[in-house]
Parts: sequence; C-alpha cells; structure tokens
Amino acid sequence: MKRATSPKSVSPLSQLVSESGVIVCCGSGGVGKTTTAAVIAIEAARTGRRAVVVTIDPAKRLADALGLAGLTNTPSKIDGDWPGELSALMLDTEGTFDGLVAKYAGSEEQAEKILANRFYRNIAGAMSGTQEYMATEKLYELSTEADFDLIVVDTPPTRNALDFLEAPGRLARFLDHRLYRLITAPTRGLVKAVNLAAQTFLRTVAKVVGGEVIADAIAFFAAFEGMEEGFKLRARLVERLLAADDTAFVLVASPKGDTVAEAKFFARKLADSSLIVKAVVVNRMHPHFGDGSPLADRKRAETFAGTALGDHYTALADLRQIAQEEAAHLEHLTGSVPNAPLVGVPLLPFEVHDMASLLALGDHLFGRAAPA
Amino acid sequence: MDPAQFLTAPRVTIVAGKGGVGKTTVSAALGLAASRCGLRALIIDVEGKSGLPVLFGRSQLEYDELVLVPADPDKGWGELRARTLSADAALVEYLREHGMQRISARLASSGALDMVATATPGIKDVLVLGKVKQIERSGVADVIILDGHAAGHAITFLKSAAGLLDAVRVGPIQTQAREVQDLLTDASRCQVVLVTLPEETPVNELVETAFSLEDDIGIKLGPVVVNGLYPILDGLKIDPQAAADEIGASLRPGEADQMRAAAGFRLARTELQIGQVARLGRELPLGQLHLPFLFNSDLRRTDLDLLADTLLEAIADLPAVDIGGAPS
Repeated sequence: MKRATSPKSVSPLSQLVSESGVIVCCGSGGVGKTTTAAVIAIEAARTGRRAVVVTIDPAKRLADALGLAGLTNTPSKIDGDWPGELSALMLDTEGTFDGLVAKYAGSEEQAEKILANRFYRNIAGAMSGTQEYMATEKLYELSTEADFDLIVVDTPPTRNALDFLEAPGRLARFLDHRLYRLITAPTRGLVKAVNLAAQTFLRTVAKVVGGEVIADAIAFFAAFEGMEEGFKLRARLVERLLAADDTAFVLVASPKGDTVAEAKFFARKLADSSLIVKAVVVNRMHPHFGDGSPLADRKRAETFAGTALGDHYTALADLRQIAQEEAAHLEHLTGSVPNAPLVGVPLLPFEVHDMASLLALGDHLFGRAAPA
Repeated sequence: MDPAQFLTAPRVTIVAGKGGVGKTTVSAALGLAASRCGLRALIIDVEGKSGLPVLFGRSQLEYDELVLVPADPDKGWGELRARTLSADAALVEYLREHGMQRISARLASSGALDMVATATPGIKDVLVLGKVKQIERSGVADVIILDGHAAGHAITFLKSAAGLLDAVRVGPIQTQAREVQDLLTDASRCQVVLVTLPEETPVNELVETAFSLEDDIGIKLGPVVVNGLYPILDGLKIDPQAAADEIGASLRPGEADQMRAAAGFRLARTELQIGQVARLGRELPLGQLHLPFLFNSDLRRTDLDLLADTLLEAIADLPAVDIGGAPS
C-alpha cells in the first residue's frame, strides 16, 4: 500500500501561511484544532509575519504555553525567537457580545437597558450558537480594527462541526424580531391565526416556567428594536470576509473512521456555502514501519508466540495494520476534497503542551522534521 | 464487584468525557456487558449523531427505541436497545404534555423554542434528564446508559437542575428540576462514569470534571474508564536481532530495523500511557477500568464484544463497594 503522505521539503501549508489573511481551523471535537491553530500562527511568526491566534477554550497547559491566563478580549503578545510577531487571545464570548451591543445601540440608554436585561444575559452567556457567532465577530473585528498580517481562528468544540457556519445566521435570525412581531402582533386580520398560535404557546410557556420569563424576553426584544439592521449588516460583512480569496479554511481531522466521515461531510457543506477547504491536516497518524503485510506478521507472531520475537511481530502487525487503515481513510478524504493538499502529522512520542513541543509539532506540520 | 450489581445498583449510568475519548464506544460496551449479564439495557444518545447503530447493522437511531441486540435466552443474554433523546424533542414533548396543541412550523422557525430555552437556561437539559428519570421509573430497562456530552458541557448539563431550582421557584418545571436533582444526587439510582485517554490533556480535564461533579452536584462517581491503552509486550525490550538469534529464527532483510523502530515507538507511547494512568490514580481516588487500544481505525462489532468482555472482567476485579455511600 502506498503511503498517503510523502514527506516533502516544503509543506503545502507553508504557502497558505505566507499568503492568507485569515485561516479558520475547523473540524470535530478532540482532533487537535486549537493546537493546530496555535502551530500555524507560530509558523507565521517564524516566517516574519505578524500573526494572532484566536483560541476558544484551550486546554490549560496550552493556554499557559501561549501566555493566556484567562479570557482576553484583546490580543496579548508572546515573546519568542522569531522575526515576526505572535499574539494570542482566548475568546471572551460575553465581553465580545457586550461590545457589539454597545457598538450598535442608538444611545447609551438603549445599550444599558439591553445589557441589564436577564434574557440578554442568557443569550450572551449560554445560548447555543453564541460562541460560534462571537468567534466570527472577533475575527471580523481583528481584521478591520487591528493590524495583523494573519489571523488564525480556532472554532468551538461543537457536537457538529457545521454549527460554526450555521450558528451566526441562526442567532442573527433570532435577533431579527420575527418572533417578537409574532408574539406582539395585533389580534385581528390576517395575522390573527398565527397570533393565536403564538398566544397559546406563550400561555403554555408562562404556565410552565413563569410569566416573568416571558416578560423579560419581550422587554429584551423591545429594547433591541432598531438594532437588528446593524447586526444584519455586520453578519453580511462577516460572511464576505469568510468567503474572501485570502481566507483559508483548514480542515482538521484525526485518522479515525468517524472523524474522517465528519470531515468529509463538513467539506461538502463548506463547498455548498461556496467556501473552499484549502488544506486538510490529519493529526495523530500512526507512523509507518515498512511495507510488510500485517497479516503475515500476525501469522509469524503466532508461530513465535511466547517469545520476544513473537512480541516484536505482534507490535509490527499492530502498527502496520493501523497505519494501513489510517492511510486508506486518508485516501477517501483526499478524494472528497480534491484540491486541498493533505498533511499528515504523526502521533508523536511526546505530548504537545508547551512552546518547545509546539515548535516541534510545527516541524512536522511544515515538513521540516524527518519522517517518523 | 459483581458486574450485574455494578450496572443495576444505580440503574442510570451517565458516560461523559472530552471529545474523541470514546464515550460512545464505552457506552456501547457497557450496554453489551449488561446484556451479557442477562439484563435489559437501554442506551440513550443525547447528542443524536452517534455512530452506534452502524456497529449493529442499523442505519440510524431515532426517538423511538430500536433493538440493537435481541435477547438470547439460550445464552442468557438480555435485550440491548438504543434511542436518541434530543433536547428539542424533549422540550416539544414537555410543552405538549402541558397544554400546547402543536407548535406551528412558523412559530418554530421564528425561534420560539430557542426563546424558551434562552429565557430559561438549563430547561432543555432538565427536560432531557427528566425524561431519563421517567424511563428509569417506568422499569422498561434494567440498565440505562446515557451516552453523554463532552466534559465541559457535561458539567453544565448535570448542573442544570440545581441552576433551574434557583431561578424558577414554582410550577411544573420546578417540580421537574427537583425530581431530576433527586435522581442525580441519589447514589443508589445514578452514577457517572468518566472516560479518558491515557494522555496529559484528557487526564487533566477528567480530574477537573470529576472534582466539579462531586463538589458542585454531589453526584456519585463510578470508576473511570481509561480507553486506548497499548497492550504491554514485554519482549519488545529485547533487541529483535537478539530475540531472533535466541530461538534460531532468521529475519528478512531490513526487518530487524523495522522492528526496532516499531518497538521504540510502542515502548515510548506505552511509557507515556503508564505515567498518565499512574498520575490519574494519584490525583483521583477512583477505581479504574482499562480498555485496550485496538489498532483498528474503525470499530467493528467483534471489537465491541471484546471490549464488553474486558469491561466485565475489569468490573469483576474492582473491590466490592457498598451502594449509597455508607461504609460496609
């Protein structure tokens, strides 16, 4: 079986790092998105660019490695031995949302009213999709208001990778007053039937969770009146940024069957939105130990069972078997994202959680390391 | 301890862990293990995208229960079933039971359900758990396994009832939240099994989650499952050439080098894993159930059978503990 990735002197990712203005790392949970995003930003700094990485809920040791003590709304610079610049921030969803409200409120009173509303606090703090929405918002803000050559964005660990794309739109629609108009519409005329349904719904909800909850929601929508246009405009600008030529989506996956299937699905959905996956990174690939057949190794392991040589054949059979299966998955993945180069990153014999190991991972991602 | 007792003494087992650690695999293996004990087991998937049914030759789970493995009286196996229990479905069902005729498409698409969920954070989670409680009480299954959320969300999910009790002081939803809280804090009815890989970050997150669940919710923690351990091969410490010479076997050209490289890799990973397992043991005084790495990138039904058997043995090896927290 052919190896899925052949070591090259220059990784196809290098070109993306030097040419892109925005790189979005997406994929399902647990595949190493945050680490990959950090390594890409570090690489940009190493090649002389001014880069920032927006992380979402990084593991503590990774956050430490990036000098991130807590949520930050502004990028903080990380010192390092590179010609460029590296900054990082940990997305503060609520703070970002508050900033957006302040920006689009017609007056300070309006902003204050919204910020103090309990329903709004729930939206900013806990509503599903808010984190995704604010990640794209932060991306847009950095691209327009800060002076970076490259912005690398990590995406939230959603159960479905698609949420990152769909959540902003869903939330924007939610804020768009359609519901408010329905529940406060007059009880006559054409809208009457719809309105009756809405009233029944509200009565049920009020009975179940209490009337004040509904009152909060209605107060929020009333206070939000007039701001939805600003939010809609902003959403369109974010969409345009995501579809820009120098924005690159990098799909991150692991070589397991289920995450590869999800990666393929995600690539297809991105394509439906006219967004193009420009590279695929597959983390944690088992290394390749020669081209022998795992079945033959397994037979020899049985022949020599109970001896040290038997153990060696078992180890060879195990590792060759999984390497072959992973390579086969990668071939499928390559087929479904035909124009995106695929970079396999080996499962390393060390854990990646400090700057030294991030740099070492970078050597693998960018083709400088000897093949494992 | 007796596996059947482990699985039924608290009837509800919630499986949680960081993304990618194998929650669904562990849930399925636990379900199969219960079936092997002659118990009727039900796996509930709360995220609705489980790869579970495929392993049993079915295409997709639904809100209605699906039989994954029929009962086999000859072998003494119980029936294994599975279903989804999504948050939206639980909310709609609940509103229907409380006077809502139906939710019109227009109302739903305008975000009415989102509004309810946003106005009452935690309501969906409480309703999902409320449904679990109802299933527990109905006695339709001896063992209920909840294929749960990723670790961070697991905490929010399990804290939802306590949060809602603070926010909503009257009405049916308050009753619901109290009943859910009763279930979660009753060690004879419910336990959490946390899953991790033997690696730095997942172990850290597991330890953090465990303390949070115990301190903030008071939920009973069962043993932790460490998934994906490389089986130990002692012979790898001997150089392959020497190993071959010792028994007069001859290696093919280049094979000794390949074996040396493979052994070096496997020993290094194994050493990391052993270190993490030991650290987990030091930082978290809970029993551990170890599952092997399978060297397949796709799980097969036969792998699940193997994992179920491994779990049964590992559970049997756990020290017998009393149920309910009182010293035995």
